[in-house]
Formats: sequence, structure tokens, C-alpha cells
Amino acid sequence: MRVFISTVVLFIVWVILTQSFDPQELFTGLIVAAVVSLISPAIASDKPKKWFQPKRYVYLIIYLFYFIWEMIKSNIDVAKRVVNPKLPINPGIVKVKTKLKTNAAKLALANSITLTPGTLTVDIHDEWFYIHWIDVSNCDDVNRSCQEIVEGFEKYLEVIFE
Amino acid sequence: MSSILIIVFSLISIATLLSTIRIISGPTIPDRAVGLDTATTITTAMIVLFAQIFHRAIYLDIALVYAILAFLGVIAIARYLEGGM
Amino acid sequence: MLWYEIIGIVMIIIGAIFLFLGALGIIRMPDVYNRMQAGTKATTLGALSVIMGVGIYHPAWIFKTGIISLFILLTNPVSSNALARAAHNAGIPLYEKSVVDKYAEDKEKIRAEEEKQNG
Repeated sequence: MRVFISTVVLFIVWVILTQSFDPQELFTGLIVAAVVSLISPAIASDKPKKWFQPKRYVYLIIYLFYFIWEMIKSNIDVAKRVVNPKLPINPGIVKVKTKLKTNAAKLALANSITLTPGTLTVDIHDEWFYIHWIDVSNCDDVNRSCQEIVEGFEKYLEVIFE
Repeated sequence: MSSILIIVFSLISIATLLSTIRIISGPTIPDRAVGLDTATTITTAMIVLFAQIFHRAIYLDIALVYAILAFLGVIAIARYLEGGM
Repeated sequence: MLWYEIIGIVMIIIGAIFLFLGALGIIRMPDVYNRMQAGTKATTLGALSVIMGVGIYHPAWIFKTGIISLFILLTNPVSSNALARAAHNAGIPLYEKSVVDKYAEDKEKIRAEEEKQNG
């Protein structure tokens, strides 16, 4: 089952890359996808059931739109700072806590943080994220305003990956 | 279309030049690596634009392979800086 | 010109502007972490916008450009994350006006735990 899912995903990528429905190419692609997913167990999903829950895909699409919107906002923010002659930055590294457990979810959260307003993930250690923030507002206590960085994404990623 | 492409290419060329300045001048090695990372991303976009100009879809494959190699290169530099190699 | 060609051209121009601003950012910012902020975010969106713009201009290429954009979206933050971590572990200091550095405070604890896990 696990091998089957990664074979299907790899096969879809193959079809998009070759862009042909010639039976010979499809057959070759199927064999290559099957061999690759057989010899590399690391890319297989740990819980195959997750792939058959439509709710995850709906949230994934909503999340994509939310994420692109956040990314555009962050870019306008960075562009303003770069163009401003005074260079208004107030940087520092803060740490925030996440509820997410699985590695895939943590990777998606770290990537999302890096691409959104003024934040860059430096390191992940267990449930703690160390985040370089271009404009640190006051957050002396760990559980205060810094958590806002992750909370917007967490509620979507929790449904998609957990 | 061609006048727009001239503007687009001038902007991208200046961007490449600026990141090259960072690669040459950067006071520390991570600074240079950041310049390299930026330059490769810009180059990937540029190859895709070349595909558009010459109407060759095959250049898109080159852009994909270039993106993969650039990613591996930057990861290798990062591992080396950390002392993992 | 067709309507989708106009959308494609507008996206290419916006992307080129963001690529330029990202490169300007890595020149103007004072330390390596802030350079990474400007470099990663602005160039990622700029490259995505240019690549998807070309895909919209040539609708036959949209899937392939989609794959390239997805790849850039996944790998660019990872490489800047790896670089930031490597720079911090190599002892590159933060900008002198930085406010706080929780990572430096916790680093010894993290190293000790990692060594315990690795035996």
C-alpha cells in the first residue's frame, strides 16, 4: 500500500514532465516509478490512510490561497524596508512553541514561516522553533505575541498533515 | 513585447550584478553563499524567460535541472560550513 | 493580444521588479541573517511570478512551469534555513542593533541533548 501511493505520485510527476500519452512512455514511466518507490522506502508515507481523506485536500487548497496572500504581503513589507533610506529594522532571534508533531507538518510550517512577513526559521529543536525576526515587537514571555507567527498556519497544517 | 522584455531583462541583469557584488565583497563566507543562492534563483527565472523568447519548451527542463543542482550546491555549502563534511 | 497574454506579461514584470528588490536587499541589509530575509522572500516570489507568468503566456507549458515553481517553493526556504543555521553555528554574529538572541542562549543545551541522543 505504501509503495503503491508513492508509485502513483511519481507516475503523475512523470506524466507532467514528459507531457505525452504514448503507451511506450507511459509504460516506461510506470516501471521507473515502481522501481524507485521499491528501492527507497524513505519516501513512502508512514500512514497510507491519510491519503484518502478528502478533507485534507480541501484544506490544502484553502491553505495555498492563504499562503500566497501572506507571501505577497510579506514581499511588499520587505520591499518597503529595502527601499526606505533609513532601513527600519529591529532584528533578533526569538523562540516559539508549536503543537505540530509530524516531520512533514514541521517542514511545511518552517517553510511557510520563512516565506512570510519578516521571519526566517533558523533551527528546529523538538517542539521549539528558533526564528529570526526582522522587526521584533516586545515578547518577553514565550507565550505572548511571538506565538502569532505560527498560529495562523498551524490551524490549517494541523488538519492537512496530522 | 520586445520593449517589455528589454525592461525585464535590464532589471534582472542589474539584480544579477548586485548579487555578484555581494558574492565578491561579502565579508564572511555565509554572505557569499547567500549571494550565490539569490543569483541561482534569478538565473532559474532567466532560463524560463529564455524559453519564452526562443519558443523552445526544452529550456524548461534545463531550468528544472538547474534549480535542482543549485539547491544541492547550496545545501553542500551549508553542510560544509557547519563542519558536517 | 489575448487576455491571458496580458496577464502573463504583467506577472513577468512584477516578478522582475521583485527580483530586483531582492537583490537590492542583499546589498543594503547589514548582516547575513537580514540579507537572507530579503534574498529568500523577494527572489522566491519574483521567480515564481516570472515562471508562472511565462506559463500563463504559453498555456501549453503551464504544467511544467507549475512543477518548476513548486520545486522552487519547496527548496528555496530549505536552503536559506540550512544557511542560516550553518552561519549561526559557524559563529557569525548578529547585527549589533539586534534585540534578542534566544538561539545562542539555548544552544549549549541543544548540543548536549543531541550528543546524548547520538550516544
